[in-house]
Amino acid sequence: MLEKALKGSPKYYMWIGFLLLIILGASGVYLMQLMQGLTITGMSRDVSWGFYIAQFTYLVGLAASGVMIVLPYYFHHYKQFKDLVIFGEFMAIGAVVMCLGFIVVDIGQPQRMLNVLLYPTPNSILFWDMVVLNGYLILNVVVGWTCLECDRQHLPHPKWSKTLAYVSIIWAFSIHTVTAFLYQGLPGRHYWLTAILAARFLASAFCSGPAILLLVIMLTQKVSTFKANAEGIATLAKIITYAMCVNVFFFLLEVFTAFYSGIPGHMHSIVYLFVGVHGHHELVPFMWTAAVLGIGSLCLLIPPKLRDNMKLLPWSLAILVIATWIDKGLGLLIGGFNPNPFEQITPYWPTGKELIVSAMIYAIGALVVTILFKVATEVKEETGASQKPAASVEA
Amino acid sequence: MNHTRRNFLKFAGLTAAGLCVASAGSIMAAGAGATEKVSEKALKAKRWAMVIDTKKVGTKEAIDVLAKACHAAHNVPDIPGKQNVKWLWADGFEQAFDQPNNFMDESLEKRQFALLCNHCTNASCVRVCPTQATYKRPDGIVAMDYHRCIGCRYCMAACPFGARSFNFMEPRLHLDLTKLNKEFPTRMRGVVEKCNFCVELLAQGKQPACVEASAGALVFGDLSDPASEVRKVLREHYTIRRKPALGTEPSVYYII
Repeated sequence: MLEKALKGSPKYYMWIGFLLLIILGASGVYLMQLMQGLTITGMSRDVSWGFYIAQFTYLVGLAASGVMIVLPYYFHHYKQFKDLVIFGEFMAIGAVVMCLGFIVVDIGQPQRMLNVLLYPTPNSILFWDMVVLNGYLILNVVVGWTCLECDRQHLPHPKWSKTLAYVSIIWAFSIHTVTAFLYQGLPGRHYWLTAILAARFLASAFCSGPAILLLVIMLTQKVSTFKANAEGIATLAKIITYAMCVNVFFFLLEVFTAFYSGIPGHMHSIVYLFVGVHGHHELVPFMWTAAVLGIGSLCLLIPPKLRDNMKLLPWSLAILVIATWIDKGLGLLIGGFNPNPFEQITPYWPTGKELIVSAMIYAIGALVVTILFKVATEVKEETGASQKPAASVEA
Repeated sequence: MNHTRRNFLKFAGLTAAGLCVASAGSIMAAGAGATEKVSEKALKAKRWAMVIDTKKVGTKEAIDVLAKACHAAHNVPDIPGKQNVKWLWADGFEQAFDQPNNFMDESLEKRQFALLCNHCTNASCVRVCPTQATYKRPDGIVAMDYHRCIGCRYCMAACPFGARSFNFMEPRLHLDLTKLNKEFPTRMRGVVEKCNFCVELLAQGKQPACVEASAGALVFGDLSDPASEVRKVLREHYTIRRKPALGTEPSVYYII
């Protein structure tokens, strides 16, 4: 089926060429990082994880997003999601590839990476994160590819693929829970040391992930003959709305616990993020942007009239994505490391080189997603499933 | 066709067998090398611990002497900025003990405290390391294998005492290569490091470098031995440890 990714319009080739150009150019900066070390990043002794690990954390949410389509389809036989399932699975593949990429660029001695397998250490959550992420990647590749191949040949899906799909649904919850456990089991990091962190991760994953997925599906509809089921899209938007409500609610629970108890350790990070301490206000404008956009997205998503307006929906989703990205892609990491163990603030900001290396990983993910979505839409076109009415197909 | 395939299989089989023999040989050779001679003078303990008399060593200058001795013994680079590496350093009461006290007596308010790895009994860095590059020795020392560390820095996030440093860059660029201690390795970039309670000196029957340089202000010994010097000092003075509420059980005690 992969040959379907080789034939496309000039626009398709230009997009692929553009991504390859970014990957090639940015890999030069990654080589520089390999030669000079992580000193080219803005990380420090106090903020020892930065933009890379934050992107990894955010993208685990995107990887888990497919489950919001796969679960209703397989567990509740919700047929309106039938044509979206493959996109959920393929998006997960792209997301996990980016997650693994961000881990590889973050570690100081990547050539020793296999030590994690050579000396398996079950008491390390990082070991389990490696297991669940790679497992989830394999599950989605196998299930997604097999089902699409069967669709193409007009064959019923094999029974085992359904069993694996069930496994992958449970597995999707595990990838985000285990990633939260990376953080929430560390003594002395108060912002992370909270039982609700895993639940927060899941809630934010289940709103931001499907939001990105839906945006990409809308884009796919623009550039291909694929037409998603309208009711399916409306249901997914509803799921996103519920998940965002839960996400905001969980964050407010954190705020209550910290400030009603008045325990300094619990308050410090939140104060640093939203008000600033010791004259450091680096993240304050970002966090308030996230707060305003988060509430704004809810105002645009909760009223059914606004949510079902397909012209407005992409914008509502986009601001939701920005809000959740600031919360998890910036605030979570920097707020977790500040104040540091000495109650001091060490500002962190990614360097240009760090952002270029990150762009490389994002471009690799976009390339994987483009190729997989191209294959999926071509197969759907070939089988005549979920196509636009003939009149509206562009030449 | 058949003939060549058979030959190929024979060749492949022989190669595989050869590889097996070679690797078995190298494993045996490594096994033979691992029986390292331990000096008869080596200091041994069930649980090493340190007591720091902050009345005797309580100024930045005094602690810098200890830090210098430590950093020279272990080839710790002097890197300006926030990507620095340090094994032992000085900081104030509030920073060290997480307990702001508005109306503290003046001497205590100005006092500096020598900070280093606590070699915790329940070390969170050991718990999180995905490769066992950070591990607990039977004598309680939290040690590191710099050749196994992948540089994921999970241990730095896990340490509540900020005791760990990462080699963001080539450390030799910030070392005086003419003054290297040839008895201890320098590190490469991309690995984490920290105080090792001078395991290499203990193995030679010597006290840790900072203890040697402290003129009696630092006491080092076996916590499990009631007759040891550390236990004697702990009996006679009021001591505290850093962040006891976290349950990591530090092995470094401070006389206040």
